[in-house]
Amino acid sequence: MDFIVSLSAATLRVATSILLAAIGETYTERAGVLNLGIEGTMFFGAFVGFYVADISGSLWSGLLAAIISGILAGLLMALFSVSFGVNQHVSGLGLTLLLSGLSLYAFRLRYGGLATPPSIEPFPQLRPFGDLPILGPLSEQYLLTYLTFLVIVPLAWWILYYTDFGLKLRAVGENPEAVDAAGVNVYAIRYAALAIGGGLMAAGGAFLSLAQLGAFTHGIVSGRGWVAIALVIFGNWDPFKVTLGSLIFGGTFALQLRLQAMGLQLPIPYETFLALPYLVTILALVLAGRNASYPAALLKPYRRE
Amino acid sequence: MSKAQFIIEKNENPSVGWRLLLPILSLLGTFILTSGLILWGKANPLEAYYYFLIAPLSSRFSLLEVLVSSTPLILTGVAVTFAFSAGYYNIGAEGQLYAGAIAAAGLGLIVGKLPMPLAVTVMLVGGFLAGMAWAWLPAWLKVKWAVDEVVTTLLLNSVMAYIVSALLNGPWRNPESGWPQSPEIAPSAHLPKLVAHSRLNLGFLIAVLAVIVLWFVLTRTPFGLKMRAVGLGKPAARFAGIDVERTMLISALVSGGIAGIAGVCEIAGIQYHLTDAISAGYGYTGIIIATLGALNAWGVGAAALFFGVIDTGAQTVSRSLGVPVYLGEVTQATMLLVTLAMFLLQHYRIRRRTSWTSS
Repeated sequence: MDFIVSLSAATLRVATSILLAAIGETYTERAGVLNLGIEGTMFFGAFVGFYVADISGSLWSGLLAAIISGILAGLLMALFSVSFGVNQHVSGLGLTLLLSGLSLYAFRLRYGGLATPPSIEPFPQLRPFGDLPILGPLSEQYLLTYLTFLVIVPLAWWILYYTDFGLKLRAVGENPEAVDAAGVNVYAIRYAALAIGGGLMAAGGAFLSLAQLGAFTHGIVSGRGWVAIALVIFGNWDPFKVTLGSLIFGGTFALQLRLQAMGLQLPIPYETFLALPYLVTILALVLAGRNASYPAALLKPYRRE
Repeated sequence: MSKAQFIIEKNENPSVGWRLLLPILSLLGTFILTSGLILWGKANPLEAYYYFLIAPLSSRFSLLEVLVSSTPLILTGVAVTFAFSAGYYNIGAEGQLYAGAIAAAGLGLIVGKLPMPLAVTVMLVGGFLAGMAWAWLPAWLKVKWAVDEVVTTLLLNSVMAYIVSALLNGPWRNPESGWPQSPEIAPSAHLPKLVAHSRLNLGFLIAVLAVIVLWFVLTRTPFGLKMRAVGLGKPAARFAGIDVERTMLISALVSGGIAGIAGVCEIAGIQYHLTDAISAGYGYTGIIIATLGALNAWGVGAAALFFGVIDTGAQTVSRSLGVPVYLGEVTQATMLLVTLAMFLLQHYRIRRRTSWTSS
């Protein structure tokens, strides 16, 4: 029982950063832009968050700075993919390369070749249910985890499906010509989606450096952005289904960590668990097949003639 | 009353002058954008750019190093171009490179009895097939089930990373040191050196050959014509009677195979054993190189050589001026973005128009 409770608590922790980024990617893809800059934006967010928190002594300043840097990264992606109409894979991967390089460059300049990686006092975990059985340990989470699951996700769902902005955003991702004809500024909506998305991706990265680790390392993001891309498709571009996917991923990840820590000799390598979510996503894509409800205008730059 | 107005108009056929000016303008733009970072690193940007671009070309040793570091970039650039030309967006060259590397690290352990030419041939063929095999699933899913290849090839990169990790932490873990590092391959499986006392090896010639093959296939064969037709537009190609699916499938498989060769060259030419760090993101950089080379074989070769200069130069800048080596990565990315903007710019021109109004 204790094992299940602690595993569930760890699942929520592990899922948080990926879920934040995946919700960000949901916004951008719903508006018709695949943002492969996600991996770099998370890394940049993790770095900027750590850096600002370290020099200012305030974790919240760090988080705020990370979000702003993510918004700027999203706007840069918008400049290339929306205004210039450049191929989205190329501009996204270019952005990831740029932001990873910038973060590592700045990190090396600021912290040099310190023998031990610098660390900060991370965000504390809350425990609203105190010593109650099950609920107590399960509720021991970071405030950011609470915000992500209880505010960011429902808010994304409400915005996308029940607001005028969300309706326009989804329409821009499906049929930009028609939306334009109806007098909506396609470019502005895509810029907004990429800005929101970038902010959330960077927040996901900052969660890693400011809460989960309290440090910044080269491998801090290590492919979590690509997982988020997979989750968005797995979740059919729906915030709640994306959340479900992030929990499955967080669960397998937490499980393999526990199994490794327990030193169990498994007949299969623990990496199998790590690779599983990717394979499941590919399978989900195949099953959805031609019916996968990709936003129809995804990857297509919009040119107003 | 006359009013001068500047208008931007489309210019479908940029002049030759523009095309020649483009790389120079990109370089200049990149220089201006990155010099802020160099100043932040307390170095003189002009001096840094000397070490960056001139120093690597001024000594025999560093010139050879440029060729060594370009080798995987040429191969992944060619691999990506092969797929992109046929409208198949292979983002999976990174995983396919590792598939080739695994094959080479494995075959290298058992070909020790063979004479060198035969052993090396076995490695290259094995690596090509392994890269092809890893590229097969997304390609087949694309043509049979219309599953988007961008996402599947991207995801398989991560799966491949875990396979490499499982191998290095399991059967191939070095029994003596305990390091996640496969056993050394047999000496007869090493790619022969081209220049004594350097790291330059046969891999570079293989990469050059790949560029020539790419050029020949794309511009001189009926299949290349089909590839480009499919790349330009699938419905039109289908209308013209081209088997679009077959063309994409073959291009995707060849692309994976060439990326696999890149992995073989790193194992058999440089490292002689597998680690999880044999590629510094070469598969992804290949996409950038293919783009900068405008999917043209010679352009791709030139872009890869240039990136090799930057990679080598970044090491020199770092050693001489203490500027972090990551400046190389930032410069490559900046150059891509600046060039993309320039590509766009060359299709527009600004004209001064004088219009007469009656007020």
